[in-house]
Amino acid sequence: MLRFLAPFAVFVALIVFFAIGLKRDPREIPSPLINQQAPAFKLQQLQAPSKQFSPSDMLGQVWLFNVWASWCVSCREEHPVFVELSKSKLVPIVGLNYKDKSADALQWLIQFGNPYVLSAMDLDGRVGIDYGVYGVPETYVIDKQGVIRMKHIGPVTPEILQNKILPRVRELSK
Amino acid sequence: MIPEIGHFALILALILALVQGILPLIGAATNQANFMAVARPAAQGQFVFVAIAFACLAYAFLANDFSVKYVATNSNSLLPAQYRFSAVWGGHEGSILLWTLTLSVWTLLVTLFSRHLPQAMAARVLGVMGLISIGFLLFTLMVSNPFERLLPAALEGRDLNPLLQDPGMVIHPPILYIGYVGFSVAFAFALAALMGGRLDAAWARWSRPWTTAAWVFLTLGIALGSGWAYYELGWGGWWFWDPVENASFLPWLVGTALIHSLAVTEKRGTFKSWTVLLAIAAFSLSLLGTFLVRSGVLTSVHAFATDPKRGVFILIFLTIVIGASLLLFAWRAPKVGLGGKFALISRETFLLANNVLLLVATGAVLLGTLYPLFIDALDLGKISVGPPYFDAVFLPLMAPAIFLMGIGPFARWKEQSLPELAKRLKWAFGVALLSALLMPLTLGKWTPLISFGLLLAFWVIATGVYGVWSRLSQTPGTMMSRIAKQSPSWWGMQVAHLGIAIFIIGVTLVKGYETERDVRMALGSAVAVHPYSFTFRGAKPQAGPNYQAWVGTVEVFKNDKLVATLHPEKRNYFSTGMAMTEAAIDTGITRDLYVALGEPLENGAWSVRVYHKPFVDWIWGGCVLMALGGLLAISDRRYRLHQRSANASPTLTVESQA
Repeated sequence: MLRFLAPFAVFVALIVFFAIGLKRDPREIPSPLINQQAPAFKLQQLQAPSKQFSPSDMLGQVWLFNVWASWCVSCREEHPVFVELSKSKLVPIVGLNYKDKSADALQWLIQFGNPYVLSAMDLDGRVGIDYGVYGVPETYVIDKQGVIRMKHIGPVTPEILQNKILPRVRELSK
Repeated sequence: MIPEIGHFALILALILALVQGILPLIGAATNQANFMAVARPAAQGQFVFVAIAFACLAYAFLANDFSVKYVATNSNSLLPAQYRFSAVWGGHEGSILLWTLTLSVWTLLVTLFSRHLPQAMAARVLGVMGLISIGFLLFTLMVSNPFERLLPAALEGRDLNPLLQDPGMVIHPPILYIGYVGFSVAFAFALAALMGGRLDAAWARWSRPWTTAAWVFLTLGIALGSGWAYYELGWGGWWFWDPVENASFLPWLVGTALIHSLAVTEKRGTFKSWTVLLAIAAFSLSLLGTFLVRSGVLTSVHAFATDPKRGVFILIFLTIVIGASLLLFAWRAPKVGLGGKFALISRETFLLANNVLLLVATGAVLLGTLYPLFIDALDLGKISVGPPYFDAVFLPLMAPAIFLMGIGPFARWKEQSLPELAKRLKWAFGVALLSALLMPLTLGKWTPLISFGLLLAFWVIATGVYGVWSRLSQTPGTMMSRIAKQSPSWWGMQVAHLGIAIFIIGVTLVKGYETERDVRMALGSAVAVHPYSFTFRGAKPQAGPNYQAWVGTVEVFKNDKLVATLHPEKRNYFSTGMAMTEAAIDTGITRDLYVALGEPLENGAWSVRVYHKPFVDWIWGGCVLMALGGLLAISDRRYRLHQRSANASPTLTVESQA
């Protein structure tokens, strides 16, 4: 009887690992940029092409830096979360409109709402390379000194926002 | 309206699945014929409603109904019609619906071809399949409903992933799923046998054609996926040991072991509990594959949008199905008994050894696939396991398995004398060894690995040819009648084993002799890949239905004679902005010439990947032969003859039961 229970025992061990594995995010890769100064850049703003944006403009406040694009399907998924967040005025969100066309991007913001204080246009993806973006969407938490404190790859869900991002923002805002 | 009909059809299908999953099992346990009789109509009705749901979703895609969220995220009005149809399974929700549809088709086939089975057995098989269906329908309705509306409707869809806009992707998922899900039949037969306490040769004979059929489709599905990766990803690779690929390969390995184990159980009545365990394992690994692919616990190039709720659901489902079946196994299998005895050297031993090797290989691949997950769960960091690990563990396990594969068919059941076997096979071995040593010299460089790979392949071919020759020469009659006198399942084995040899030759030669060049090519410049010379004639813009392409022209010369003109493309899809590489391949029996465009450089020059791949198509040719062997085995009249003799009702049309 015991011998015949062995497959079941192996299976139970596997299930335990899967259950733990489900709580982890394999895409959460430790970024070398954590605790580093956010790479500097100067880019045109999406809504006001005559104006430029640079991360140094945000010095003195904690902010979220969200990489998005109108062609990105998962961005639609996380977008309502940011729209909600922007209404609460807890933390300013700056967008990085990644490899997009300005007309498409503007249309997208009209359709789904604009949670961003502004969006910088990274037409050729150069800034994305500096930030190590390898999938859209990605979200960075940057502190008052302009240091990257957290990076999230993939869509932000309400759970991730409440349990991971906002606690970090509150801690950094103290 | 149509999407709501689809949604409603799924709910009705779930109700019928509940009926099919519960009543017949109660009926079989309490011996109530009217409860058992419910199984067939419930299963057939369920099929009808799942098919309606699938048709509704297909209609939403073809009609560009972007008020359906799933359609809006996976289609686009510019998408050509055939891809709008295949987009039905281009994303998560539709894939699960396709899975459910496949399951209901297999169940329908079981209802049609199971009339010769004892009523309790058929009721249990259909009941188990109903239980599986309940899980998948609940999963669809609760966390991956493809009919969810998007209000207000999107003006335009987000488009199907350009990687999937390819003829290969239209058929690859259905074929693969038919294989995956087909193991549910073997699984259901195994559980039904355990419940009824009837694990015997008859059970094995009933299971065999179903198992082989699933294995045939799985083989073809994996081959299609590999071929697709080869020409669509633009890197000329055909297998990446990616978690999603492994997820399909694991059930294949166990399924292969199962087919052989079933043969022993049918012929000799041994290995019974082992066979049952393999049947449970093959389907469990199919489910596990679904979990790995759909839950996002592992990263993969097959980037599906993942949702933790789905992962939790599948994990719970997995735990119930596999856990319950393994407990049932632990409870019932000890009473099964051992069956016929066999000596240390016998066909049983060879098949058992092959089985063990296949299972250890399965374990090794599973370990490599899950290792990143284990390490992460134990907080030891983030790692990935790549081809070096898999190549290092897989090849040493497969080599002895292939060696035994040559011997097995010559060994007698029960007992075999080893010296006699050696005497019979010494010539086959000599021929294989000599040609494996010499052949690399005619192809170019000689390395031990190439020779070893060829040795395995030639060994299988030489033993196969010798086996066929000695069988035919012992049969009286003309050549045609001698060939016809051998059973289709015996021919099936020979053809499938030959397929393995062809596959090994392909892998060995492409690994050993391929040339890959990544070069910058200016207009009119040439690159030599012995014995060919590739000349770049520039790239021109060209408009496609939903993309803008650069189409290059590359002329290939051999000894200053033009042998092929290739047109590799670089496509930019409007809706997603994604750039795709369409490699151009000149296919040949002894080699592929493969050209892919990289990036545009200054003055009309391009970076170009130029590959010469000797014998690469033998890899897929081998897979097709394996599948063909399986089909031959299924066509064996033995399965139908038995049905006739076991069948009490003479009105049954047995001939239709292929």
